[in-house]
Amino acid sequence: MTPLEQLAGTCPVREAGPEDQVDGVPARVVARPGSTEETSALLRACHAQGLAVVVRGHGTKVAWGRPPERLDVILETTAMDALVEHSRGDLIAIAGAGMPLARLAERLAEGGHQLVVDDLVADAAPPVAGAGGAEVRGSTLGGAVATNLCGPRRLWTGSVRDLVIGVRFVRADGTVAKAGGRVVKNVAGYDLAKLLTGSFGTLAVVTEVTVRLHPLPQAQRWVVLDVAEEDLATVLGSAVHSQTVPQALEVHARPGQAPQVAVLLGGTDGGVQARAARLVDVLAPLASRGAPSVSSTDRAPGWWARPLAAAHDERPVLVRATARISGVAELVAAAVAHGMTVTGSAGVGVLHALLPAASAPEDARAALDDLRAVSERLGGSTVVLDAPPEVKAVADSWGEVPGLDLMRRVKDEFDPTRALAPGRFVGGL
Amino acid sequence: MTLEPEVRGPAPQADVRARGGEGAQEGGPARGGTVAQVLADLRGAVPDPLLLTDPAELETYACDGLAAYRVTPALVVLADSADHVTETVRACARHRVPFVARGSGTGLSGGALPRADGVLLVTSRLRTLHELRPEDQRAVVDPGVINLQVTKAANPRGYYFAPDPSSQQICSIGGNVAENSGGAHCLKYGFTANHVLALDLVTPSGEEVRLGTEAPDAPGYDLVGAFVGSEGTLGVATRAVVRLTRLPEEVRTVLAGFATIDQAGAATSAIIAAGIVPAAIEIMDALAIEAAEKAVSCGYPAGAGAVLVVELDGAAEEVAHEYDQVERICAEQGAFEFRMATDALERAEIWKGRKSAFAAVGRISPDYIVQDGVVPRTALPEVLREMSRISAERGVRVANVFHAGDGNLHPLVLFDAAEEGATERAEEVSGMILDLCIRHGGSITGEHGVGADKARYMPRMFTEEDLDTMQLVRCAFDPDGIANPGKIYPTPRLCGERPRVVQGAHALATDGVELF
Repeated sequence: MTPLEQLAGTCPVREAGPEDQVDGVPARVVARPGSTEETSALLRACHAQGLAVVVRGHGTKVAWGRPPERLDVILETTAMDALVEHSRGDLIAIAGAGMPLARLAERLAEGGHQLVVDDLVADAAPPVAGAGGAEVRGSTLGGAVATNLCGPRRLWTGSVRDLVIGVRFVRADGTVAKAGGRVVKNVAGYDLAKLLTGSFGTLAVVTEVTVRLHPLPQAQRWVVLDVAEEDLATVLGSAVHSQTVPQALEVHARPGQAPQVAVLLGGTDGGVQARAARLVDVLAPLASRGAPSVSSTDRAPGWWARPLAAAHDERPVLVRATARISGVAELVAAAVAHGMTVTGSAGVGVLHALLPAASAPEDARAALDDLRAVSERLGGSTVVLDAPPEVKAVADSWGEVPGLDLMRRVKDEFDPTRALAPGRFVGGL
Repeated sequence: MTLEPEVRGPAPQADVRARGGEGAQEGGPARGGTVAQVLADLRGAVPDPLLLTDPAELETYACDGLAAYRVTPALVVLADSADHVTETVRACARHRVPFVARGSGTGLSGGALPRADGVLLVTSRLRTLHELRPEDQRAVVDPGVINLQVTKAANPRGYYFAPDPSSQQICSIGGNVAENSGGAHCLKYGFTANHVLALDLVTPSGEEVRLGTEAPDAPGYDLVGAFVGSEGTLGVATRAVVRLTRLPEEVRTVLAGFATIDQAGAATSAIIAAGIVPAAIEIMDALAIEAAEKAVSCGYPAGAGAVLVVELDGAAEEVAHEYDQVERICAEQGAFEFRMATDALERAEIWKGRKSAFAAVGRISPDYIVQDGVVPRTALPEVLREMSRISAERGVRVANVFHAGDGNLHPLVLFDAAEEGATERAEEVSGMILDLCIRHGGSITGEHGVGADKARYMPRMFTEEDLDTMQLVRCAFDPDGIANPGKIYPTPRLCGERPRVVQGAHALATDGVELF
């Protein structure tokens, strides 16, 4: 029997086409379960047949990490795209893993709410046309959970791991389980939602997610300024220490150009105007001499939450580099010195960097090694989220991973036969 | 309504001393060596005065903040260094002897209830605040450092440690990490899990491991996220890197008096619906107010059926705007008195009654149970009504103090243990309240933890598969099950055992179906 025949009857399945590959590794079958129960039936069958499975939402980040060691089945979550519940009085929502973030945002906005997750790949179209014909771009909720996707406003609410309060998921052997719940405050049992967030689909298949929501602010305002490189640390330091309660503090820097800093304020109309004015007063003396003065505007700069916008390669080298907050300016300088374009959350210490277009693999590796050394010295890490195959072949994607042995044991417990995305995550997990 | 039998099931044995501390407690690991062997290993590695074996000394560690359960440990180790922690855990691992870690011992779920056949490892002497770096919004602390000390140290630099459990003057960071402690302000600022970046820990096998980095998003699984709140079942933290939060520019604390608790609840809902996320929203009912007045003369509005305390903080302009809205909403919902405080002293006056509430209940009742349950905020009015019905029906008084913003109830079930059957009735009411929480989609604990006290309720909230899956993490960290066994999970998973995994090719084989 072919895998397609073996899996028929568990859920809608089809033969994989040429686009149905994960980081260059072709799949044999694409399965599209419509529910947790179908996902369970599918995984039980895959488990019995020893088939390897990679989960895909819109596929915008499915190549992040390492290529899978083996691949039989792509499990598409896109049929599990319902908004199960939006409890307005409780400020929570429950949605299927396949729910597009963009559509979720529209639906929640009807109640004056939002899930504060900035989709860093909001412009990316799925590699495979979305089912149902509608043009949907960007990440799904499940994809955001799998990669702990976060953008500027994580300064305000934390990252995805801080917003997910409950998960329903299926283990590699088909066992259905849940953790957390629908109340924000809950310490009953281990917080498996945090464990699964950012696990790149290597521990279980998340089918339904319960998230904490925030009210949409009445008004938003950005304070934007150019800064001389040598003043960057001072500017970031004063913005971090200000009591204007920024919802985001972002930096954008590229070779041959003064770094730009942008601060987002959210709140009432009058409030954000006044706070922006105060922030301008604090930061104006520090703005780059000769640059246009500090501006306070109701529009985000073009690079905001779009670290890939500056990419010229079809498949750029995208890096996440982190440092302690006071080390961000130094990390930015190190990245720019290697020709990288940097966009990131200076107030948190998490940056995204793009390597120069068409870097030779050896040059890329040397630059990454150097950036990693700097970030580790500054209390952080450097991870290669995505890169073309020739760079992935020579570069270490993860660097030193504290607690790797324990992680290996966790993987062994959850997925002893290594059926879920084998090899895609740290240490070959 | 009655409790189903399994909920009344194996409660932790109160006073195991009565049994001479001989029998292994329920939920324990396969018995290995003895505490005597552990003690022999530790002689020399840990100074003698830090190894307590005298029965009178051991007795002082028999319970944590939940005094209803008492078990005298066989050995207490007062760790004076991270090395002492490692040595102790290694000795326990070597002999497969259970150990229980304990910080200040303020927990309210019996999470640090000792084992009669095990070691109690006390971390409260590890009190060094290693680093305080406001420029990085980080502090690096030992597990025994007191919660409030971190805030006090950071205050002069304009920062504080946000999690503020009501025991913050004595509870330790290690305990906060184990319990994922919250507090009145977690509505806006989150729990301990949102404020821990990295941990040094000793795993139950005795390995020293560092998890996480000083910056967020360390590569790999979020094991810090899994460890925080694991109630001492995954190892012992020996150092933590925690987040410091910038002090708000302005804080306004509001006190509103209402005739009924329904009005106070409606005001809460209206505040949230207006898009305001206050730093805290607390409600106290008439009985709780009465207790607080007797204890600390907090001067709450006379004749109030409920008081609402709302704290707003942040940038001055936004706080002023939110304040206007809160004032209007409270008036609309029928508040008959409304006070506001901005300076620290006046705010402390408002908080005094609320913060003293638990202890104050001692003034109106000889004994009481502090319950901790959560319901979705929208279910609050109904749950409160049902709770009064239960209270009236059973003739058991219940005082209510709760974090209304996040639906976290702390009903205080009042009783007199001297009265025959009163303890049982109070326990029954307390259990019924948890059932209410579960039925309304809430949780059996919002911040006190499951510990020894609520393990038997876990099957009410989670399926066997859920609990089994959670314990996969336990198996990864502690395959021998020696770290705080018997807590959280009513039925320990045998690690290595893989139920439901089909070995071999054909699923039918396990069903005994003839294959040939």
